[in-house]
Amino acid sequence: MNMKANAAMATPVSHPADLAPDSHAEATVEAHAPDQTQEQADDVAQAAHARIAARHALMEKSKRYLVRTAALIMAVVFWHLATTHDVNLFVNFEHVPEPLQVGEAFMGELAGSEFYLHIAHSLERIAVAYGLAVVLGVTLGVLMGRSKWAEDIILPYIELLRPIPAVAWIPLAILMLPTEQSSIVFITFLGALFPVVLNTVHGVEQTSGVLVRAARCLGASNRSILWHVIIPGAMPSIVTGLAVAMGVAWFSLLAGEIISGQYGIGYFTWTSYTLIQYPQIIIGMLTIGLLGTLSTLLVRKACSPLLRWQPTGGRV
Amino acid sequence: MNAVSPDSRLAVLDHSRLKAKSTRNVDGRGNIKVSGVDIEFGHQGARTVAVKQANLEINSGEFVCLLGPSGCGKSTLLNAIAGFVNPTRGELTVDGKTVTEPGPDRGMVFQQHSLFPWKSVQDNVAFGPLMAGASRAEASSVARTFLSLVGLAAFADAYPANLSGGMQQRVGIARALANYPSVLLMDEPFGALDAQTRIMMQENLLEIWREFRNTVVFVTHDIDEAVFLSDRIVVMSASPGRIIADIKVSLPRPREQALLTSPEFMVLKRQCLELIREQTLNAFQQQNKAG
Repeated sequence: MNMKANAAMATPVSHPADLAPDSHAEATVEAHAPDQTQEQADDVAQAAHARIAARHALMEKSKRYLVRTAALIMAVVFWHLATTHDVNLFVNFEHVPEPLQVGEAFMGELAGSEFYLHIAHSLERIAVAYGLAVVLGVTLGVLMGRSKWAEDIILPYIELLRPIPAVAWIPLAILMLPTEQSSIVFITFLGALFPVVLNTVHGVEQTSGVLVRAARCLGASNRSILWHVIIPGAMPSIVTGLAVAMGVAWFSLLAGEIISGQYGIGYFTWTSYTLIQYPQIIIGMLTIGLLGTLSTLLVRKACSPLLRWQPTGGRV
Repeated sequence: MNAVSPDSRLAVLDHSRLKAKSTRNVDGRGNIKVSGVDIEFGHQGARTVAVKQANLEINSGEFVCLLGPSGCGKSTLLNAIAGFVNPTRGELTVDGKTVTEPGPDRGMVFQQHSLFPWKSVQDNVAFGPLMAGASRAEASSVARTFLSLVGLAAFADAYPANLSGGMQQRVGIARALANYPSVLLMDEPFGALDAQTRIMMQENLLEIWREFRNTVVFVTHDIDEAVFLSDRIVVMSASPGRIIADIKVSLPRPREQALLTSPEFMVLKRQCLELIREQTLNAFQQQNKAG
């Protein structure tokens, strides 16, 4: 594959344009390319270079994705071998369903309507909880980053509550909140809140003093400085917080759904275990993984226009 | 680093609004008066005197350089005129008004990294007019005019990260001027640039200034730069910063690079050099004593 790329790279060197030493040596140019001026020839050569560079980059990229896909396939092959041969070396594969069984069961779930209902419930909870966490988290974060008072009042709560895992909140959430739905949303919200707050504070506190002074010299009010200087400056850190928060939101949601609730992908996974539907456990797990990855990707993509100014162009 | 092209200069001259406004700037505004100013930092125990008994009058349309060894308080004095620090004692006024906070009448150009990285070059320059209440369209049109003035019209949509250091400083100058300030404060604006670029920028700055003729206060520790640019050089001593000399530079304008090797230039340069050398030696001795 590398050999081929090198051969392709080498092609333009033998292009007639590159052999013509300068624009005045018309005879040389004519000998190689009768209708072209040197300038046109240069353009052609440049375009060819650009095309080859682009093709090379694409090949490099597809090669990497190929490796990633192969890595996943390897795991499935291992899973297949381990389950068909009932491997039992400390880790016991005897009760683990085979990949083909899971695939079959998955087709069955896709054909029914129940499975979609579970996904819809989970997505709804994520949307509400995550939305609340983003709005409150960014607001609190900006407040804390801008005011020592706000930071001193809020930070102790954040530090104390942050290490408490979502599962530990479940009993209290059930006792305090009126519905199961609201307790699951609350737990999810709490999980997503902390990364948003902390990353926002971090971003706001990193604001460059020179930029604030420059803005003040240009007649900006405190409010304008907030919108034009502080928040955009904190944005890279905020976006990181938003992406991390999405991941945390999913596993907090799952904790909530496993223990209470009547729908949701977490509930689906746990009831499959109690109902001895082992393939469904794996379907649930993979669905969670997939939804979590896709939603995090969505957050990054949605935020990338806000980071276009970075040297990386906001690409993710 | 292309200088202002003839085309872009024409564009500036044709812009009647700029012309009208820039002539208004010359109408006697931009008078700075510093009387008996002390600037101190820190609390009782660890108090440092950055500027001591500064007296200085700068008239409308003057180009004044504050020259001194590093750490002599020249930037502090500039920041006081900008309104970022307030004098501990004494009075500082611009056009008769006591300076208490920054304002758009005093534009500032910083040493480096002062453009808003998330705004395009044009939006950076349009920011001042926008804050002054101009509509988006007006602000953009002013920004384009000023970008032509510094020869960067072609880079209007680029982000600062894609510009060289010299280009960024030109955008910084355009941004500061877009508010039509009566005073332009410059804090070692070319200090981070390589020697060749710096000379280009100095010529460029003088060319632009010829259009505006507003008051310029320019902080530098580079003697050549001070002599080349200014009408007056205010020399400051090492800490505490005192004004120890006020040298008139009556070299003819317009000035070009050739001036740097002329005998008149050398005379002034030697004069500054001796003053600065004395101050630097003093500073060394103080540091040795302290150490």
